[in-house]
Amino acid sequence: MTEPKKDEILYDHNHDGIDRRGFLKCMAWAGTGTLCVMKGGVLNSYTLSRIAELDPADMKGELSFAQISDSHMGFNKAANTDVVGTLKAAVDKINALKAPPQFLLHTGDISHLSKPEEFDTVDQILKSAVAKQVYFVPGEHDMIGDDGKQYLERYGKNTQGNGWYSFDVKGVHFIGLVNVLDLKAGGLGALGQEQLAWLDKDLKGLVASTPVVVFAHIPLWSVYPEWGWGTEDSAQALGYLKRFGSVTVLNGHIHQTMQKVEGNVTFHTAASTAFPQPQPGKADSPGPMTVPAEELRNLLGITDVNFKRGMNALAIVDSNLQVGMNSAAHGESIY
Amino acid sequence: MKVSLKIAVVVVVATLLAISVVTVADPNPQKAAGNGPQVKIDNFTFAPNALTVPVGTTVQWVNRDDIPHTVVSDDKATFKSKVLDTDDSFSHTFSKAGAYSYFCSLHPKMAGKVVVE
Repeated sequence: MTEPKKDEILYDHNHDGIDRRGFLKCMAWAGTGTLCVMKGGVLNSYTLSRIAELDPADMKGELSFAQISDSHMGFNKAANTDVVGTLKAAVDKINALKAPPQFLLHTGDISHLSKPEEFDTVDQILKSAVAKQVYFVPGEHDMIGDDGKQYLERYGKNTQGNGWYSFDVKGVHFIGLVNVLDLKAGGLGALGQEQLAWLDKDLKGLVASTPVVVFAHIPLWSVYPEWGWGTEDSAQALGYLKRFGSVTVLNGHIHQTMQKVEGNVTFHTAASTAFPQPQPGKADSPGPMTVPAEELRNLLGITDVNFKRGMNALAIVDSNLQVGMNSAAHGESIY
Repeated sequence: MKVSLKIAVVVVVATLLAISVVTVADPNPQKAAGNGPQVKIDNFTFAPNALTVPVGTTVQWVNRDDIPHTVVSDDKATFKSKVLDTDDSFSHTFSKAGAYSYFCSLHPKMAGKVVVE
C-alpha cells in the first residue's frame, strides 16, 4: 500500500540530497521548513535554510504562534509506536524556536480513541511547552462515543455550542471551528447551521482590515473529497470571510502539509505529530503510512505562524521534527 | 518397572485430560465466531460492501484496519457500534426485512448495505 521508495531523490544539483522535484514532494508531504510571507494577498515561500539570507525583520512579527496537530495519543501501530516521543519532540522543537511563540494551536485528534488517559498524557506533555496557552479544536477522534461531552468538559470552557469560539490577540481575530460532529453518511466534515449563524454574527462587528485566522480540524477546502478531506458547508463560512483582506485557514486531519491561495484566503494544513498519511489518491485508503524509522520524524511536524503588523501578512514556517530535510537550498516559491 | 508404569498411567491420564479439554473447548470458539456472515473492515472499506441475508441473521463486523472505525445505520438509531479499534468486532441481528444502509461515523465516506429478506 505504501511505497516510500517513490519519493527517492532523482537529481541532486546542490549535493544536499534534495532536488527540486524531491523538494516539492517533501513540501507537499511533510512541510519541511518553509517560511511563508503573505504580502497583499500574494504568498511568498522560502526554505528555512535561506532564512539567514532574509531580513530578520521579515520573520519577527509582533505575534507568533505554533500549530501542532493530530497527536493521536494512544495510537501504537507500526506507523509509529512512540507517539509520546514524537509529540515531545514537537514540543522541544517549539521550545527551541529563537522567537518563542506566544501560544499554541492544536488542530485536533488530540487523542486516538477519546480515552481520558490519552487526553491526560497530551495535557501533561504540553505543560513542558514554553508557551503556556494552548487553544484546541476537536478532531473526530476526540469526540468518540459521547458526541463530544468529555472534550467539552476538558477543553470547552468559554466556547459556544459544541466547542467553537473566537478570541483576539494583538489585533488578529482567531476563530476555532468544530467540523467533526454529527457527520452524515457519505458526507464530509460539517459545520452546521447553528455554528455558521454564530460565525456570521461573530464577524459582523469586525472591520475588513482585521487579519483573521480560522482553525478547524478537517480542511475547510476541498483537498480530496473521495477520502472525506473537505467540509460540506465550508463555502458558506468562506463567504462570510470574503470581505476581509487577510484570511488564513489552518487545518489538520490529513497528516501532511499542503498550502493553497484562493483570493484573500491562504489555506494551510499541518503535519501530524503522530504518523503520516498518503498523498491524496496515492494509496488505496488514507490509512497510516508506515515509513522507514529514520524517515518518520521528517514527516512529522509543527507549524510556526508569525504575524507581522502593518503588512496584513502571516508568515508560516513549517518545521519537521528533524532538521535533516531543512537543508534544501532552494528558495523557489512553489506557488 | 513400577516407575515406568506410573509414568505410563500419568501419560494416559494426561492424554485423556487433553482430549476431554479439546472436546469441551472446541465448540466454544465456533459459537463465538457465529454462523452468520462477517463483514471485514479493511483499508477504509466494508467488505463485502453489500450483503443479502435472511431475516434473523446476525451479521458481524470486524475491524482489521490500523485506524478505529464505527458501524452506524444511516438513521443513527437502528444499530450503532461503539468505536472499534483494531480487531474489535460488533454484531447486529436483523429481525425485520428491509434494506439497511450504514456507514462509519468517523469516516462517513465509508458506507455499506445489508439487505434483509
